[in-house]
Amino acid sequence: MTTLTPVLSAHWDEKDSFTMAGYKRHDGYKAAEKALKMEPDAVIQLIKDSGLRGRGGAGFPTGMKWGFIPQGDNKDHYLVVNADESEPGTCKDMPLLLANPHVLVEGMIIASYAIRAKYAFVYVRGEVTHVVRRVQQAIQDAYAAGYLGKNIFGSGVDLELVLHVGAGAYICGEETALLDSLEGFRGQPRLRPPFPAIAGLYARPTVVNNVESISSVPSIINRGAEWFSSMGTEKSKGMTIYSLSGHVTNPGQIEAPLGITLRELLDLAGGVREGHQLKFWTPGGSSTPIFTAAQLDTPLDYEGVAAAGSMLGTKALQIFDETTCVVRAVLRWSEFYKHESCGKCTPCREGTYWLVQILRDLENGKGSEADLAKLLDLCENILGRAFCALGDGATSPITSSIKHFRDEYIAHFTHGGCPFDPYASTLFASAKAGA
Amino acid sequence: MTTQEQTAQVVDLITVVIDGFEVSVPKGTLVIRAAEKLGIQIPRFCDHPLLDPVGACRQCLVDIEINGRAFPKPQASCTIPVEPGMVVKTQLTSPVAEKAQKGVMEFLLINHPLDCPVCDKGGECPLQNQAMSNGRAESRFEGKKRTFEKPINISSQVLLDRERCILCARCTRFSDQIAADPFITLNERGALQQVGIYENQPFESYFSGNTVQICPVGALTGASYRFRSRPFDLVSTPSACEHCASGCSLRTDVRRSKTLRRLAGDDPEVNEEWNCDKGRWAFKYVTAPDRLTHPMVRDASGELQIASWPEAIAAAANGLRGKRAGVLVGGRTTVEDAYGYSKFARVALGTNDIDFRARISSDEEREFLASRVVGSITSNADIDRADSVLLVGFEAEEESPIVFLRVHKQVRKRGLKVTAIASKLSIGNEKLKANFVSVAPGAEAEAIAKQELTAQSVILVGERASESAGALSAVVALADRTGAKIAWIPRRAGERGALEAGAIGNVLPGGRPVTDAAARADVSAMWGVEKLPSEIGLSSEGIFAAVNSDQIHALVVGGVDPHDSGNNAAAIKALKSAFVVSLEIRPSEVTKIADVVLPVAAVPEKSGSFMNWEGRSRFFEVAVPDSLNRSDVRILSMIADELARPMGISSVKSAANEFAAFGEWDGAKLNFSPVASVPVPKIAADQAVLTSWRRLLDESSLQEGEDNLAGTARKSVVVISPKRASVLGVADGDSVRVSNQHGAVVLPVLVEAIHDDAVWLPRNSLGSHVLATLGVASGSLVTVVKD
Amino acid sequence: MAFTDQDIQVMDSIIKRYQRSRSAIMPLLHYVQSRDGFITNEGIELIANKLDLATAEVSAVSTFYTQYKRKPVGEYHVGVCTNTLCAVMGGDAIFAGLKDHLGLENDGVTEDGKVSLEHIECNAACDYAPVVMANWEFYDNQTVQSAKDLVDAMREGNPPAPTRGPNSLPTWKENSAVLAGLSDGRAAEGVQAGEASLLGLKLSKNQDGAK
Repeated sequence: MTTLTPVLSAHWDEKDSFTMAGYKRHDGYKAAEKALKMEPDAVIQLIKDSGLRGRGGAGFPTGMKWGFIPQGDNKDHYLVVNADESEPGTCKDMPLLLANPHVLVEGMIIASYAIRAKYAFVYVRGEVTHVVRRVQQAIQDAYAAGYLGKNIFGSGVDLELVLHVGAGAYICGEETALLDSLEGFRGQPRLRPPFPAIAGLYARPTVVNNVESISSVPSIINRGAEWFSSMGTEKSKGMTIYSLSGHVTNPGQIEAPLGITLRELLDLAGGVREGHQLKFWTPGGSSTPIFTAAQLDTPLDYEGVAAAGSMLGTKALQIFDETTCVVRAVLRWSEFYKHESCGKCTPCREGTYWLVQILRDLENGKGSEADLAKLLDLCENILGRAFCALGDGATSPITSSIKHFRDEYIAHFTHGGCPFDPYASTLFASAKAGA
Repeated sequence: MTTQEQTAQVVDLITVVIDGFEVSVPKGTLVIRAAEKLGIQIPRFCDHPLLDPVGACRQCLVDIEINGRAFPKPQASCTIPVEPGMVVKTQLTSPVAEKAQKGVMEFLLINHPLDCPVCDKGGECPLQNQAMSNGRAESRFEGKKRTFEKPINISSQVLLDRERCILCARCTRFSDQIAADPFITLNERGALQQVGIYENQPFESYFSGNTVQICPVGALTGASYRFRSRPFDLVSTPSACEHCASGCSLRTDVRRSKTLRRLAGDDPEVNEEWNCDKGRWAFKYVTAPDRLTHPMVRDASGELQIASWPEAIAAAANGLRGKRAGVLVGGRTTVEDAYGYSKFARVALGTNDIDFRARISSDEEREFLASRVVGSITSNADIDRADSVLLVGFEAEEESPIVFLRVHKQVRKRGLKVTAIASKLSIGNEKLKANFVSVAPGAEAEAIAKQELTAQSVILVGERASESAGALSAVVALADRTGAKIAWIPRRAGERGALEAGAIGNVLPGGRPVTDAAARADVSAMWGVEKLPSEIGLSSEGIFAAVNSDQIHALVVGGVDPHDSGNNAAAIKALKSAFVVSLEIRPSEVTKIADVVLPVAAVPEKSGSFMNWEGRSRFFEVAVPDSLNRSDVRILSMIADELARPMGISSVKSAANEFAAFGEWDGAKLNFSPVASVPVPKIAADQAVLTSWRRLLDESSLQEGEDNLAGTARKSVVVISPKRASVLGVADGDSVRVSNQHGAVVLPVLVEAIHDDAVWLPRNSLGSHVLATLGVASGSLVTVVKD
Repeated sequence: MAFTDQDIQVMDSIIKRYQRSRSAIMPLLHYVQSRDGFITNEGIELIANKLDLATAEVSAVSTFYTQYKRKPVGEYHVGVCTNTLCAVMGGDAIFAGLKDHLGLENDGVTEDGKVSLEHIECNAACDYAPVVMANWEFYDNQTVQSAKDLVDAMREGNPPAPTRGPNSLPTWKENSAVLAGLSDGRAAEGVQAGEASLLGLKLSKNQDGAK
């Protein structure tokens, strides 16, 4: 059995974990102090050595990203933290920020120092007021403590950290859309190249990192690259937060080394809800192709999940048991992508509009096998044709569900409607069953 | 390839292979344009060579590999520059690209209405055409189409049909990137994304018509053309715009002898592919019901009577014969017609009393034109290369809108520094992020003298510089001191050509000074006349004064409005007392009093050329072929024949040939004698110094009848400074009265950045006809009070 | 409602957070909602004026983001997550139940102006499914009945405290000010973490205990 490794979540059970006092009780801001005494390039090297990879979904090596920022270019550099957590199923960054916003602030101080940024932003999605309060308070307290502002930690280095609150747009989780949003535009993705490392915020070199990635930095500074890389698998180093939700006995956040399997996590969480069996699950949010019980032993690291035909994504493990209609699930996700498509490019804007109409008909028992072929063909016309990954993501649930559950689609039109009882899949149903 | 790409200094060529063919193109060329060079048309919608690449429509997807490494998915060829070792496979050779394109086309069509039969764009629609060439024959879409209210007015001139829109964002990018008028934007998102305005701010941009032209579907249409024709029923003629000195290339589309629309032509060196809304939508004056169609001669009872051409020509000749006469040309003539007037004055009337400046002007300006402007070659390319641009007596957006676009392009592209010496900060200069040097009207010279420029700088001088004594002298001194180039940009389309043709009292064709014997010898040899007058002639104001002092007794008048004159009372008095031959297209203040009225052809009815502010000539053919109206030069030639002093140029063509034969004058130009500035008048508390300019869209005669266009004009306001506003106790929108002994203008006030001593009025807009009402236009004291 | 000098001062302070003023457009729009409850024309015109933008540029931004409302919402704006996971776990039933209970359709507002209803997308609280948000505060693990009780309490003026949030539920306008980046001093209120957030930590401690 894999040993769990609570690092980020190690003190979330302390009532004042989100306060400066609570954070400092466990060596808070010591890492920043230490890093500011290192050469910035040494900090970048340390993060490179640790093997830390982006926790926002793509898994790009964090240290390498920092290393892309041109140095000595006499330009402002920016650090932007992506806290626009909105991928369906993903629910790790919000509890992290609620329970320990200071670890993000400290990580941002270190990262800004490493990339020579004097301005840093944290872009928090707008639908989480209490998270906004906590982050704002942490920033305010860090300013008061001299950790932000002029001459931080007496090091001669300046850093301004600005909280920017979103207003409801999933696409702003895409880093270039986020930058446009932060600049005061509609949050639509930008052409790349130029990449943010060359021309990001205000057309200046910019690093965009996920909350969990940056929050992992202080522990690496404190305990070393070796400590970090001793966890995880060959190419997927360190610990990470897995989010279990849905038809599982005890849903929640579990911090574990990369490479743990769903079977282990489910065991830890008390298994699929009582009396039911696993039907399908997402390894990393709705944009990652779904798995079934066949992938229970797939190592949940970047390579393992990819080899099995999906993506680790945000490690959002949404568990659905046999009471769930896969067509309904996929329709709902498709409606989400249609709602969140930014409208910029044709395949995503028009494609999601069309997909939803077909899926709605299928769920209502209207359709034929030809419609499945059409759906797959439309997905082929969206995947890799859209401007950004949102369009690609929209096709994942459809193509993967048809692959695994073609018969269930067909059952809808042979049955003349959805053969499932939606009530059976609710939490209330199990509560009643349990009672 | 865009101009931008062409003019880039790189001659670095990159060779790529597209569909098996090699092509070498300059570094930075986009794949889609490299393919064009081979004649391979990749379908596209959002791509436009003059707009920043956006890659939004995804129609132009192609397969690309570089040095054997293939991109994992098809790429938008409108966003990817060529690279060495690149191999591109378009829809012609890659099944993947072909399927990708067909897929995108199918997506574009699922929500597109099937109203092609009633759509203005039908027949010239990129969506229709490319759906035929690159789409699927049948749609697989069985669902519900997105619907919107059809169409909505986003200005009085432009209508938007959101159902037809494919969201390529050409219009919104144009408005933002080119015109700097981001009044239309993409709103909402996803499948509901739509072009729109903010509800309280219509799309009132001087350049809005370009969005109609570049819309690749029928989503944006112009109210004036809507449902008027099918594109295949139109006969198109390349033409030149008559509205201003920017010199746009146009295309005039005519159906059954009537111009139905005008489009911007493609001239990278002048207007790129743009024009302004006046140039596009002000052409109904040609078909106005009151067009003059027959010659008229005033009878003994003082009534104009229709006459035959021989009768009218004889009457004109009889009236002119033996009298000292002056020639007022007007600023809207073609080069050929101006040349006709120039030759007519010298050959038929034996005088240098000729002036094309039917506006406020000065002798300082005339000397400036003869010494610094005629033959000069400052051009748009100099703006493109300039390190800074200085604006003097010139409001680019209002007075020469395509020059504004040119300057704005450089401001946006490379932060070109713009300085405006003016009394009021204009909307256009704000968009150019200009450094506004605020001066009292009349105090320009002092500010000009303080400017620091280099040999890379360009001074853009407008015709209003002549309204401030000493300003042009200061410009000359500044240019001499710094090496900066001077560009004189008059408002009217014919002025530069008329100057080159010698339709002014101090120079003959080609800038030959009338006072220079060798120059005169050149000209008299060419014209076959023994002798030419050698005294510098009178200016237009001098001519009116000479009539009023009984020295001149006859006038030949082209398209001139006496109210444009700096002294309209004197002008009207002179016109009433002299024998007047008027060459006109429509009844005017002049035809009301003229003794002989000769109808002439409007621009689309004749051939000829306009010379823009750069001195660039653009020849155009007749667009409305069956008009009976004749060009001015032909009529002048007939009068000269009748006077037995033949000009020998009875056609536009012969006039053009003869003028071209003159060539450049390589002798000395006239000297420029600097003029001192006049102290700005002292003002009392309720007084201000007047300043004004004409707005692009106003009450000018060539815009009459264009109600849709007029609806987008800027509202008439009187502009005062915050300080004056607080003294007067007025706020935006309050009524303010500007008056002098002649009259008063009352308008809502706008409190803005203007010199504290100045008050600004639109010169010729609704409710504000400054010259007609106040008799002055700038530099004079007026009383400003709360109404 | 006219914006006061004090409002203008607050808006200026928001603009000052950024090196480039246009970046302030989103917090300023949140601020307009904290004043007017939704995005008013007056607010759009004021922002355009402050940031030197065309009004169309401001409305283009405001219509892109779903949290900016075109018309007044309730004093308590209720969002029921109906993205797949919450929907399956009961979100659909909750939303249907609330529509029926309040007599509202999606985006409707009760006549007394107290409660408005919207179905929302994933709110990053899947381990607490089904989730209901009120003025963007978390109400975790809801049932049809608990959601009905919640809106009834709102209409009576005493809604219960959020599950993971301040000690009492702020109004829509009050929370809009927080989203504009204006502190309400309530960051320390409420739990540091919910039960589900602590799952892994507890399991780990059990593992340690077992060793």
